[in-house]
Amino acid sequence: MTSLTKAPPKRFIMLSLLLRWEWLLVLLIIVACFVNASLSRYFLDVDNLFDMTFNFMEKSLVALPMTFIIISGNIDLSVASNLAMSAVIMATAFQSGLNIWLAVLLGLCIGTIGGLINGLLVSRLRLPALAVTLGTYALYRGVAFVLLGDLVVKGFPDSFIYIGQGNVLNTPVPVPLLLFSVMAVVFGLVLHRTAFGRLIYAIGNNEEACRYSGVAVNRIKVIIFALSGFMSALAGVIMTARFGSVRPNIAAGLELDVITAVVLGGVDIFGGQGSILGVVLALFLMGITRFGMSLKNVPGQVQSTLIGFLLILAILLPQLLRRFALRSRG
Amino acid sequence: MSVIARKKRRSVLLTIAGVRETGISIFILLLVVVVSLRSPYFLTVSNIKDVLMDIAILSIVAIGEAMVIITRGIDLSVASTLALAGMAVGMTISSHPEIPPGGALLMGMGIGAVLGSVNGLLVTKGHIPPIITTLGTMSIYRGLVFAISGGAWVDADEMTKEFIGMTKGEILFIPNLVFMAGIVAIISYYFLNHTSTGRQIYALGSNPTAARVAGIHVHRNLFLAYLISGILCGMGGVLWISRYASAQSDTAVGFELQAIAAAVVGGVSTLGGSGTIPGVLLGSLLLGIVVNALSLVHISPFWKLAVQGLIILAAVVTDALLSRRLQQSRSAEGTS
Repeated sequence: MTSLTKAPPKRFIMLSLLLRWEWLLVLLIIVACFVNASLSRYFLDVDNLFDMTFNFMEKSLVALPMTFIIISGNIDLSVASNLAMSAVIMATAFQSGLNIWLAVLLGLCIGTIGGLINGLLVSRLRLPALAVTLGTYALYRGVAFVLLGDLVVKGFPDSFIYIGQGNVLNTPVPVPLLLFSVMAVVFGLVLHRTAFGRLIYAIGNNEEACRYSGVAVNRIKVIIFALSGFMSALAGVIMTARFGSVRPNIAAGLELDVITAVVLGGVDIFGGQGSILGVVLALFLMGITRFGMSLKNVPGQVQSTLIGFLLILAILLPQLLRRFALRSRG
Repeated sequence: MSVIARKKRRSVLLTIAGVRETGISIFILLLVVVVSLRSPYFLTVSNIKDVLMDIAILSIVAIGEAMVIITRGIDLSVASTLALAGMAVGMTISSHPEIPPGGALLMGMGIGAVLGSVNGLLVTKGHIPPIITTLGTMSIYRGLVFAISGGAWVDADEMTKEFIGMTKGEILFIPNLVFMAGIVAIISYYFLNHTSTGRQIYALGSNPTAARVAGIHVHRNLFLAYLISGILCGMGGVLWISRYASAQSDTAVGFELQAIAAAVVGGVSTLGGSGTIPGVLLGSLLLGIVVNALSLVHISPFWKLAVQGLIILAAVVTDALLSRRLQQSRSAEGTS
């Protein structure tokens, strides 16, 4: 009797586990790897695979706090502009004689302040995040242009360049990859294993209910936006070190790639759902796909087209499958 | 009693819209006075024409964007749609110079209609959130521009004189481009304010559930908003390549944020359900005047973005404070 009643739910759980978004992403990553390996014999090379990650670690760093923000039902369009503003301020401070590591610290502070401003406007004045960060998107990028115009800052010391281009000790592991891995684990633990993380989901599910049950909604929003600013600045530091130079138009359009990765990772754009693991998998899926295409000399704009298709299909296909399954059952 | 309450309510809504447009008009007037004191050239006929020409395409695209935002959606694909329609038309007229400018314009609007309906279908039939749909199609359409052109440009010498002249001429001392933007604005104003479909677009934006319960065909109206946005972008694309006499694969990159900014500065709420066509025009005008003024008073053009950002933030903050104040005074009236 009991076994009879228990059996169906168990099978259902197995099925839903298999149908979990993360497994779909793993499957897609495997497919992408197969395709890439058959396209180019240079793909399955350990050094190549590690080098590949240089190209998308900056957006990966920004995607972590973006996951928090989107789960909380908000959005941050200003990340790439904030990255540019803090990188430009860091670079100009270095150029005018400040020690490079103090300049990095200054850049990180500026980015955090940029995020803080977003957070305060969104939470204290209860403004829509889309509108606020659209404004700061223009403002922060504008500050970068005001400070640097059409100039370039170069000539960073080797010790600084190392954090963007170097490998860890004598391993083939790039420094940015290590940094991202540590950050991903920290962000994952905070989101999935702490009360703070649960509250982010709660706010995304029902902000009003959270306010009435005494959750410090405003404080949490300020913290996650400030975090987003800090990580944008950190990504700016890595990007500056990787390129060895800063221009005001650095990382233009990065925010859209980041949001694409987060949504592709299974985070609900309306908030309340998603996981860090999914986002990390989506970042690697996008990175591997782009890398494969550049191995075949596919131009960047065509690569973006494919990512756009991927984004729409990723949301459309499960829906169609679900509808099909319902129809065949009913 | 209920009639009085309804009248009061309507007057409050009118006040918000009215105050908003009066506010931005006063701000524009102040700006005009300050800039014209610094630069006598500012208020000359030719400069005013320049400003209006510069914002004509922006306001056409921003009107479509505003309709989508009023439905609680957003269209991030407007710049890519504009570029794709522009490139397709540019390539067609370079191989078929016999096509008249009017035909090219219609062709652009047709292409825009197709691209807009793809967005509309994905949003309504595919149940994909607008921001995701148009984020995806933004990349797809932009990639298609590159794919069909192979990265090549369509230059001025591949376009007929009539085609380039389409945006250069004047009707009754009004530049053609401004004339066309005016027609689009008048039709859109009539559509949104004086047709039942237009009112339904506001209704579903301010409360989708109530709209559905009230029997409004939500999907049809949503689809229509994206379709209109696509058509206006297609029109903007043809006008763009005519005005700048070239079609490139990176035409109008980043223009989507300009269009959203014009709508938001003009008082269109990103929460849906509110915003007016005159507001959008004023928003475009303010952004255009600022850019023009910066160059006239010899401030580096690098300030442009930063100033635009500050204006967007100021507009958003003002809107929030204004509507809160009006709501408070309304509830105070209700209790007394």
